[in-house]
Amino acid sequence: MNVEGKKLIWQDYQKEIADNNYYYVRSCVRQTFFPGSETAFLRILKTELNKDVCDQSIHTSCTGIGYHSDVVPIETTMTVVARQFALMTEAGYKNFVPSCITSFGLYTEVLETWHHFPELEARIRENLRKATGREFEKPDNLAHASDVIFKFRKEIAAKSKYRLINKNTGEPIKVVDHIGCHYSKMFPGKGIGGAEYPYVLAGMIEEWGGEVIDYPERRHCCGFGFRQYLVKQNRGYSLACSRKKFESMEPYEPELILTNCPGCPMFLDRWQYAINEMEGKSYGKNGQGIPVMTYEELAGLMLGYDPWDLGLQVHQVGCESLLDKIGIEYDPDKKYKGLEDKELGKPKTPSNILFV
Amino acid sequence: MTRESQTIAVIGGGPAGLEASAKLTGLGYNVFILEKNTEVGGHLLDWDRLFPDQQNASEVLDAIKAGLNENTQILTGAEVVEISENHRFDIKLAGSPQKITADAILVATGFDVFDARKKEEYGYGIYDHVITSAELETYFKNKKEILKRNGSPVKRIAFIHCVGSRDEKAGVRHCSRVCCVTAVKQAIEVKELYPDVEVYLFYMDLRMFGLGYEELYKEAQEIYNIRFIRGRLSESFENQDGTIMVKVEDTLAGKPMRINVDLMVLMVGILASSGTSEMGSKMGIGINSNGFLKPVNSHFSSQISNRAGVFLAGTCKSPKNIEETLSDARAAAVLIDNYLKAKIT
Amino acid sequence: MINFGYTSNKDRQIVFDENDRSVYQILQSKEPSVDICIQCGTCSSTCTTGQFTQFSLRQIIVNIHRGEMDFINEDIRKCMFCGKCQLVCPRSVNTRNIIQVLITILN
Repeated sequence: MNVEGKKLIWQDYQKEIADNNYYYVRSCVRQTFFPGSETAFLRILKTELNKDVCDQSIHTSCTGIGYHSDVVPIETTMTVVARQFALMTEAGYKNFVPSCITSFGLYTEVLETWHHFPELEARIRENLRKATGREFEKPDNLAHASDVIFKFRKEIAAKSKYRLINKNTGEPIKVVDHIGCHYSKMFPGKGIGGAEYPYVLAGMIEEWGGEVIDYPERRHCCGFGFRQYLVKQNRGYSLACSRKKFESMEPYEPELILTNCPGCPMFLDRWQYAINEMEGKSYGKNGQGIPVMTYEELAGLMLGYDPWDLGLQVHQVGCESLLDKIGIEYDPDKKYKGLEDKELGKPKTPSNILFV
Repeated sequence: MTRESQTIAVIGGGPAGLEASAKLTGLGYNVFILEKNTEVGGHLLDWDRLFPDQQNASEVLDAIKAGLNENTQILTGAEVVEISENHRFDIKLAGSPQKITADAILVATGFDVFDARKKEEYGYGIYDHVITSAELETYFKNKKEILKRNGSPVKRIAFIHCVGSRDEKAGVRHCSRVCCVTAVKQAIEVKELYPDVEVYLFYMDLRMFGLGYEELYKEAQEIYNIRFIRGRLSESFENQDGTIMVKVEDTLAGKPMRINVDLMVLMVGILASSGTSEMGSKMGIGINSNGFLKPVNSHFSSQISNRAGVFLAGTCKSPKNIEETLSDARAAAVLIDNYLKAKIT
Repeated sequence: MINFGYTSNKDRQIVFDENDRSVYQILQSKEPSVDICIQCGTCSSTCTTGQFTQFSLRQIIVNIHRGEMDFINEDIRKCMFCGKCQLVCPRSVNTRNIIQVLITILN
């Protein structure tokens, strides 16, 4: 593998990312899937990097899940998107930062569509005006939240308490990155590093001391894909997609899977459990699973945030093996305790796999 | 005025430019060959043997050059900067005070091969064992052994057809025509050198248009046991052991397929060269949607450009084999002669 | 083990390196003309059996080469040996003998 060749491609896919004053739009599902991630993003930006981020409760879902499941028509979706932009405009912001990859893909798609069909944009403006009385300006800058963390990866590294290094061996932690399909597969030019060799997460891993592992099925979808998952009868297809990836990455012995999408960490995490329960197979070392994290969780860990504040206790595959390797301090007794030490209750233990 | 008092500037010293110059000087004209590289011969210089009969490219080049006489002046390292017209053409060359004055111009600026890096998913320039057909030709020419990066022998090779041909995503709609038979030729050459290597050709259609090409294809199957799989490469990966995982749809079996190979050869397509595009726009010559220069009529005036006194020959107009290129160059020489004779009388 | 009410889908990919491709090698040694088939489909187009069943000599040849042996044994027994395929083949592949040899191998 010639890394210089990749760097040449990365040079072609640079993108502009605003350096301050972000209007942050949250994901519908991430706060349930990975409850500490969005909070960590805001904490990193506001307290570590002193950035101005607007986080409002009045915005809605982008309708991406409904749109990609064929239950929300495109004009409705566009009008909802227009309302999000209107909220940004009213709040006095111009840099739009979605937390979700599908939202990012959808906002990009809507802006591109309006660019090519201005008459459609005019009609959507009219829809929004009639429905809500709002007007909007299109964002000056649209970047996914992982783009923003990528932009400040060096600053985060400088403030970090830990590095992605095995404290016992001194070796870098081996990490595979998994990029959400809607990040750059639809519009390669809108993603850092393009669609074939995306650099957004690889750049973080490198900067924070880890080793990026390239494996044959790196580009393959995690299997979320809306229709596959939402219909129970299709779920075997979803699982098969994740399995293809696990089987392909297994020989490289990755120690962490890093993701930037709501669905991917969910499925790459939970399907390891499901495969194990169905067949007894696990893909990590010593019968363990491979920990899966969001980039916010990883950034938070590097900065020394408490793993339980980051929500790592709700992962199916336990992250303790990785925390121990890096030497991250944590209190095992607090794993299932909430605010003010409130007991959250303990989940059932998986029957076969060592998910700790 | 006589032929001897008239001058033709031939831009590009590849097979077309050289052959047309040979015919024009043979008729008595003076010819300047303006070649921007350090040597004339074009792509023939890099090629080892030619399809379908495995004739040495150097023999063909020598035969063409043998036709040139003392009325030919070859200027190498000659880059055309500006062309102005005042009854005759005045041609300014980069970094040279010398100005060439000509009564007619022949554009023979040829082709470039497709930059395989543009097909990012094929991993050219990134994976260790992916080369282009043009590079493989230099292996043959320089008698370089075909080995894996670690020096071990190559056991299985995949030739990938249509890389930068018939591919709208790569911005190339046209068929480059000669790559199909080149793949068959190169596959046979590989088998001649390494009879135990398994060779697979991944194609969309096999376009064996020339005399002897179909026979070569059959020979590849019958004598060399070369296998043809009808499927277009969708993406490739480098495996842990450095082999390349090739993913196609095996259209005939009707299923997706994957196969690991030690070496992947990309059959890069033929595009109008950067010099061709430059000359086209500098001289106001019509350019086709595929980037090649456009003659006034592709059936009966295919060597004549829309600009009086400017003629076209060879692969600046479309992908061609050597035979077609040379015939085209001779036709251009005849039409230039007709044009200048009319001016004389 | 838990039954979640769904299973993992079977992979459709032809895993070339893992498939058993030995039948093709035997066929090739006994009827070498199988190698010059260009998969044009004229045989399966003219084939009477093919008009009424899934039988396709073209697909049989390609599947055996890839080591995809599902249904092959069943399919080859549908041939009626009329020989129309041999008449139309542009490469003069000995089509009937291919089926004959396959039946012998797979018996």
